[in-house]
Amino acid sequence: MNRWLAGLLCSLLAVLGSGVQPVAAQMLMNGAGATFPYPIYSKWFDEYTKVDQGARFNYQSIGSGGGIRQITARTVDFGASDGPMTDDQLGKAPGNLLHIPTVLGAVVTTYNLAGNPKLRFTPDILADIFLGRIMKWNDAKIAAVNPGVSLPDQAILVVHRSDGSGTTYIWVDYLSKVSKEWDAKVGRGTSVNWPVGLGGKGNEGVAGQIKNTPGALGYVELAYAIKNNLPAASVRNAAGKFVEPSIETTTAAAAASATNMPADFRVSLTNPPGDHAYPIASFTWLLVYKDQPDETKGKLLVKFLWWMIHDGQKYTSDLLYAPLPPQVVKQVEARLGEITYQGKPLLAAR
Amino acid sequence: MTTAAASRSLSSTVVSARAKRGWGDRLFRGLARGAALSLILLVTAMIIGMAGAAMPSFRAFGWRFLYTSTWDPVAETFGALPFVYGTLVSSLLALVIAVPLGLGAAIFLAELAPVWIRPPITFLVELVAAVPSVVFGLWGIFVLAPWLRNWVQPALGASLGFLPLFQGPPYGVGMLAAGIILAIMIVPFITAVSREVLLAVPNTQREAALGLGATRWETTRIAVLRYGKSGLIGAVLLGLGRALGETMAVTMVIGNRPEVAISLFAPGYTMASVIANEFTEATSDLYLGALIEIGLLLFAVTVIVNALARLLVWSVGGAVKQVRE
Repeated sequence: MNRWLAGLLCSLLAVLGSGVQPVAAQMLMNGAGATFPYPIYSKWFDEYTKVDQGARFNYQSIGSGGGIRQITARTVDFGASDGPMTDDQLGKAPGNLLHIPTVLGAVVTTYNLAGNPKLRFTPDILADIFLGRIMKWNDAKIAAVNPGVSLPDQAILVVHRSDGSGTTYIWVDYLSKVSKEWDAKVGRGTSVNWPVGLGGKGNEGVAGQIKNTPGALGYVELAYAIKNNLPAASVRNAAGKFVEPSIETTTAAAAASATNMPADFRVSLTNPPGDHAYPIASFTWLLVYKDQPDETKGKLLVKFLWWMIHDGQKYTSDLLYAPLPPQVVKQVEARLGEITYQGKPLLAAR
Repeated sequence: MTTAAASRSLSSTVVSARAKRGWGDRLFRGLARGAALSLILLVTAMIIGMAGAAMPSFRAFGWRFLYTSTWDPVAETFGALPFVYGTLVSSLLALVIAVPLGLGAAIFLAELAPVWIRPPITFLVELVAAVPSVVFGLWGIFVLAPWLRNWVQPALGASLGFLPLFQGPPYGVGMLAAGIILAIMIVPFITAVSREVLLAVPNTQREAALGLGATRWETTRIAVLRYGKSGLIGAVLLGLGRALGETMAVTMVIGNRPEVAISLFAPGYTMASVIANEFTEATSDLYLGALIEIGLLLFAVTVIVNALARLLVWSVGGAVKQVRE
C-alpha cells in the first residue's frame, strides 16, 4: 500500500516536473467576462497560440458583470463585456480602462405560428407586444405590415430571458430607443422588470418555450437562431427599410455608425442609420487598461489585439459572429496605439 | 520492600497506560470538537460575509424588502415577497404530491413486496436520486410542460376551474410544473430513507401486533409506522430541504415571473432561481446586495422550516416513547 502510494507520488511529481518546463517559457494571460462571445474568443486564443508560441490564455466566461468586477479589481489581465461600462463603473476602476470592440452580435425576434410564415415587424409593434399592448396575433397593426399572411386569432405569449444577459441588454436598449413609453416604464439593463411574459433560462430556454407553445414570441441571439433554424422576423430600420437579420446586415449596422463613432467605442449600435443595417445589433468588448502594469504582458496583449482585429476576423463568420467593418478596424488600430507601459506606447515596440 | 516495589512498578505502568490512553482520548476529543466548531465557524462566517455584502440592500429597503413585490433591476427597487412565496408554495406542492407516493413506495418495499422484487426496485429508486437536476429540467421543458398544457391543465380547468387554484390560461410551465418536477426529484429521497427506517423497526413489534390479531394494515399502521414516526418525518424533511434549495430544474419550468399569483397555472419564481439567474450580471452594489439578501432569506426560511419540523418531531417523539413502554 505504502509502496503503491510512493509510486503514485513519484509519478505525480514527474508529471508536474515535466509540466513546469514549458510553462516557464510561456506567458499566461488571464481574462474573464462575457459568455456571448466565448466561442469566438476560445477559437482566437487557440489560433493565436499557433502564431505566437509564447502566449497562453485562460478565459473564464462568468458573465459581463463578473468581467467588469474582475478587471476593476485587477485580478485579470483583461475583462470582457457585452454592454459598455457606465461612467460610474469606469470611475471606480483604478486606471483608465479602454473598450476594444471585438465582434458584433445581433438579436432576432423568433416565433411559433402555424405554417411558419415570414413575418415583418415595425419598432412600434415590437414595443407594443412587449408592453402588453398588442395581445393577439391578428392585431390590425401586425396585419398592416404583413399583407398576404393569415394571422390567427390567438394570444401572443411573450417569452424573454430570465437570466441576466447581454442579449437582453441589446433587446431592451433597442426598445428604449424606439419607444418613449418603454424607456420611461421599463428602461435598459441586463435584467428588467418585464411588463408581460414568461422567462426562459438562456437562449435554449427561450427557444424551447417558443417551440413548445403555439403563438409564442421571443428574442434570441442571431447565431443561435441560425444554428437551430428558427424563424427570424425582418425589422423596419431607422431608414424605413425592412431588413432581415444576417451577419452582413449586422456588420452593416456598425459600418453605418462608424462616421460618428465615439473615441472610446462606448456606443450603442441599436437603431442605426443606413439602408442595409439590421437595427438590433451591438458590439461586444474586451476591457483593457490603457496603462499596462507589466511590460511583457502588455506587449503580448497589444500584439494579440492587433492580430484579433485583422487576421482574427476571418474566423468570425464560421462561428456566426459578424466581423468588424473596415472603418471600425481603422479606428480600433488608433486606439491600440494608445496602450502604454509607463507612458511608453507598446504597439510601436511590437 | 519487594512487594512495595512491585506494586509501585505496577501502579506506574497503569498510570502510564492511563496517561497514554488519556492522551489518545484527548486528541480524539480535540479533533471531534474541532470538527464541530469548524462547522459553526463556517456558518457564522458565511452569515457575516453575506450580511456585510447585503448591507446596501438592508439600508435601502429595510423590512420593506420582505413584503413588497416589485423586482426592478433598472430602477433598483427590490422586494422579495414573490420569491419567498414561490419557494414555499412550490416546495409545499412538491410535499403534497411526494409524501404519499414516497411513503407508499417505502411501505410496499419494506413490508408488502415479494422479497425477490425488492432489490431491483430499490436500485431503481436510488438511480433516480442520482439523476442531475438539469436533466429533470430539460425533461420538464420538453415533455412535462407540453403534456400539462395540452392535457392536464385543460382537464383541471374544466373540472376544478371554480377553485382559484386552477384558473387562468394554461402555459404548461408555471407553479404546477415546478411542484411536479420537485415532487419527482424528492420522491426517491423520501422512499430510500423511509425504507431504511421501516426496516430498522424490530420484528417483535410486528409479531406482537399480529399476535394480538391485528390485520396487515393495522400492524403497519400501529406497530411499524408509529414506531418509526420520527425517522419518517426526518425522511420527509430531507426531501423538503432539497425542494427548498433546488435551483436548476425549477428555473427551467417555473416561468420566472416575480408575481404572487394564487393560480397554480400561473408562472412564479423562487429564491434560489433568481439568485442563479441574475447573479452573474448584477453589477451595482445595491443590486448585488439585494440578491445576497435573498440568499440570507433563503437561509432563514430553511432554518425556520427545519425548526418547525424539529418541533413536530419532538412532539411526536413522546408518542414513540409511549409505544416503546
